Order: sequence, then C-alpha cells, then structure tokens
Amino acid sequence: MSEQQASTLKDLDAVRAMIRRHKLNDYIFAIVGLLALMVGLLTLLTLFIDLVMDGYTRFNAGFFTEFPSRRAAHAGLLSAWVGSLLVMLVTAVTAVPLGVAAGVYLEEYAPKNWFSDIIEINVTNLAGVPSIIYGLLALGLFVYILDLGQSILTAGLTLALLILPVVIVATRESIRAIPVHIREAAYAVGATKWQVVSDHILHYSFGGILTGIIIGMARALGETAPVITIGALTFIAFLPPSPIGAEPPYLNFEWLSAGFTVLPIQMFNWLSRPDHAFHVNAAATGVVIIVVTLLMNGTAIWLRYRIRKNIKW
Amino acid sequence: MSTATQVLNNPLEHVISDRLAKNFRRHFKERVIEFILMMAALSAVATTIAIVSILLYESASFFKTVSIVDFLTDTQWTPLFEDAHYGILPLVSGTFTTSAIALLVAVPLGTIGAIYLSEFASHKVREICKPLLELLVGVPTVVFGYFALLFVTPLLQKIFPELPGFNMLGPGIVMGIMIIPYISSVAEDAMRAVPMSMREGSYAMGATRFQTAVRVVAPAATSGIIAAYILGISRAVGETMVVAIAAGQQPNLTFNPMDGAATITAYIVQVAMGDLPHGSIGYQSIFAAGLVLALITLFLNLLGHLARKKYREAY
Repeated sequence: MSEQQASTLKDLDAVRAMIRRHKLNDYIFAIVGLLALMVGLLTLLTLFIDLVMDGYTRFNAGFFTEFPSRRAAHAGLLSAWVGSLLVMLVTAVTAVPLGVAAGVYLEEYAPKNWFSDIIEINVTNLAGVPSIIYGLLALGLFVYILDLGQSILTAGLTLALLILPVVIVATRESIRAIPVHIREAAYAVGATKWQVVSDHILHYSFGGILTGIIIGMARALGETAPVITIGALTFIAFLPPSPIGAEPPYLNFEWLSAGFTVLPIQMFNWLSRPDHAFHVNAAATGVVIIVVTLLMNGTAIWLRYRIRKNIKW
Repeated sequence: MSTATQVLNNPLEHVISDRLAKNFRRHFKERVIEFILMMAALSAVATTIAIVSILLYESASFFKTVSIVDFLTDTQWTPLFEDAHYGILPLVSGTFTTSAIALLVAVPLGTIGAIYLSEFASHKVREICKPLLELLVGVPTVVFGYFALLFVTPLLQKIFPELPGFNMLGPGIVMGIMIIPYISSVAEDAMRAVPMSMREGSYAMGATRFQTAVRVVAPAATSGIIAAYILGISRAVGETMVVAIAAGQQPNLTFNPMDGAATITAYIVQVAMGDLPHGSIGYQSIFAAGLVLALITLFLNLLGHLARKKYREAY
C-alpha cells in the first residue's frame, strides 16, 4: 500500500467518524427536543397527581353539597360550583352571539378599508391584554359606573369580554376554511348575502365555531384574576335565587344581581389560609377544576381533529 | 277597477312594481342584518376604548394626589400604610424578576421544542404533541399557583434550605413551564414558514438535520422566534395568580429570586381582596398600577406583532 493510499484511507476514516458524530448529534438532539416538550406534560402529570394525593380525602358527596365553613372538614363547594355555572351561563349567552356575529362580519361583510383594519387590530390586541386588566375595566365600568354591583351579571359580562377574541378568531378561521365556490353556488341561484351566511356558511363552520366556544368557556371557568378584581366575595354561604320559579312567569332574573363565588376563587381563598386543613380542600377543588377544564379542552381538540379529518371539500 | 283588470290592462307594470317592493324588503332586511353584525364587531373597539378610558380616568385622579416623579422614582410602595409611599419600582422589579426567571426556563425549552417539532418530529409525533401542549395551555393558573406554593417551593427548599416559603424562584419556574407552549408554537410557526428549498439546499451540501435546523432554518426564522419570545414575556408580565399565591404579596425592591416580592398583578389582587372604598387613593392606585401593566404589555405586543409581520413578509 502506497503512502498516498494510506493517507486517503485515513481521511476517509476521519470523514466516516465525522458523519457518525453528526448523526449521533442528530439523534441526541431529537431526544433532547422530545424531552423539552415533555417537561410541560410531566409537570401537568405531577401537578395532577400531587393534587389528587393532597385532596383525595375530601372526595365525597358532602364536598359538593355543603357550603364553605370555618371547619375545613365540613366546608364544601356548593356555592362555588353553582356560582361558576351561573356565571358561565351569562358568559355564554353574551359572548357566543356577539363573538360569532363579529366573526361573520369580519370574514363575510367587512369591506377592505381602514375601518375594518381598526376592528381587526383591536381584536388581535384584546387577545393579548392580561386578564387582570379586564378585571379593572369591569370594576370601574360594570361595578361602579353602570352600578351592576359585585354580581353574577358583572362577572359573566367580564368573562364574556375576556373570551370574545377567542370566539371571534375561531369563527373567522372556521369560516375562512370554507371554499369560495360554496358561496358562489348559493349566489348563483339568487341567495342574498344573509341567506348565504345563515343557510351555508354558519352550517359548515359550526364545528369549528363550537370548538372555539368550548375552549373559551373552559378559559372563563378557570379565570380567577378578573373575578377577584371585581370584588367577588370569597365566603358565600347562600345560593342565589333560583332562575326557575314554580309559578308564572317561571323565569326570574334576581339571581343576576346576587353575590356569588366561583370555583377558582374558592380554591384561592382556601389556599391563602395558613391552616393546612384548608389546603386539602384547595387541592380537592383544584382536581375538580382541572378535570372539568381538561375535559372541555380535550373535547374541543378532539372535535377539531374530527372535523379536519372528515371534511374534504 | 278590480286588481284583476288592472293586471290585465297593464301586466308588465304590476309585475315590476311588485318585484321592486319585494326587492326593497329584501334589501332592507339585508342592511339591518349587516348593521347588527357590524355593531357586534365594533364591540371589540368599544372594549378597547373602555379599557383605555377607565384606566386613564382613574389614574388621572390618582396622579392628582401623587406626583408622577414620586411614582416613578420612589423606592417604596405602601399605599395602604399610615406613611404612604407610591413608588411603582418595587412592583416593577418583582414583575421583571419573576418574568426573567420564567424566560430562563421557557426560552431554551421552548426553542428546542419548536426546533424539534418543526424539523425533527414525524407527522405522527407532531399530531400527538401539539394537542397535548394545547391542553397544558388550558390549565387554569390558580392551579399552577397551588403547585408553585405547595410543591415546587418545598422541593426547592430541599436544595436551598434558606429559601423562604414565599419567594420569586418557585413561581418564576412554574410560570416558565406555563409559557413553553406559547413560545414553542409561535416559534414553530415561524420555522415552518421557511421555504423547503432552503432546507433542501442545506441537505444537498451534506448537512445533517441538526446542522440544517440550527444554521439554516433558525437564522432564517429569527424574527419569528424573537416574536415568540416577546409574546412569552408579555404573558409572563401579565400573569397573576401564580405570583399572587406563591411569591408573597410584600412589595420589595429586589432582584434576588430567593426573596418574596409583589408583582403589579399581585398588588391589584391583594387590594381587590381587601374591598377598599370606591374613590379612595388605594382604589385609584390599582388603576395606576394597571395602567403601567397595560402599557408594558401593549408595547411588548406591538413589538411582537411587528416581528411576526416581518417573517410573514419575508417568505
């Protein structure tokens, strides 16, 4: 073997070693990358297990049917989950029509001009406003200027404003995915714009809009800061008046102006007490909140996956 | 003359006027609907205007009592004490320290995660990972506050025995984990927007995936990745419950992560819990603090928006 051949072989070996090294780097990075993503999920898992371990002793029927109490072992979530439910009702009734209508306008009606640009920029910006700022808005505007008090109505409206961008963006994305020939076909047989929207666009985008609504409602359920800011009471040992009456007109709206508490605030309240017995209650409440929000978000994600898979235009 | 004879006498005219009438009704209904929809869209603008006016209005009353110089330079924030001081600096230092810790956690992990998702992960892995990350975003922050106070801080105390129960390190780390998904999803978007031809060029030269990702794709997506970081900072600055629960609520001019401190958001929560009378200086002070917070996040969001726009235009 000549000198030259030997050195070429050596070079070749070096090159092969380098390739091996670089391939190893690839491999290592793939693992590191996966681990980096897993950190969040591992945290979520740890968090959930930790909550269950701390709070499982409180899982009995009484926890859901009793009012908060000074004795930790007898304190329950009744006023909190009823409050959450009623606040969410107000939020849904306000945010869904408003958000869907705004989304439809921006996608189907809005002319391309500075006016529409302003609305668009506003929606984008609102999505980035910290939730506690909405709480300040509600404190100044709803509680004092409009004099709605620290009521279920105030909390519901506040959370509705908070999730409005979520609903609008979901509506727009869902509408944008509908091909233009659907609209053209409807116009061609003489439909008006509103007929196109109500008979076709809203039908086809329904799934996507629903996804956005569920995600928004899950967020509203878990939001704490804005509801604290409007001054929700943390110790509520009564229920708001029932929305459904026994005699005509069967519905009453007194509950809208009632004081209330919601699940995350109840949790925060128990968590801020020094007594460890209340931390157990907080953990149990945390499990309830996490299970409900994860179920809602999971449903939304699954729904979106189904839609994406099934619809072929 | 009956209608029938009228129609017989002049069929065309009747048909036309009838259709016009219907047309008008149709047209009118369309207009009304469009107007209602536009009003709904304008509610977004109304919300912004309301936020800005409320914050400015209440802060204006606040600044009648407190001079802006004091507000920006005093090193104590004690609006509820006998000896009241109104220096926002301690709240700002708390906000920035917790956010900085969060970023130290979220930026490396988020960036690596984004590179992995965009350049390494198979379609199947991506389809599983992204929804799971979305689930993480959906977890309410009050629960993370519990985790920071009663799990992460005790854990850290095993490493640093002198760490107090309320500190900025624990909530900072938890906040960092919370914002990983935000950073990784925006950064991944930016990297996926880099044209395939650039990757192909790099592979053709014999570069590995890792080399391509770090030396070609990431530099090409810089503005988008920066946008992701900025949006992450904005999230961290506005985050409330984790710090309100686990960082203690004592305003404290310090950048030491081992200390407890109050952030702007934690202060607002603390005052709101205390039920201050409407119109008092303490009540107005949360709006002044809120105004500072709103300005910081607005600035960051604008910056992030511009950076994002830049990468969208680039390709």
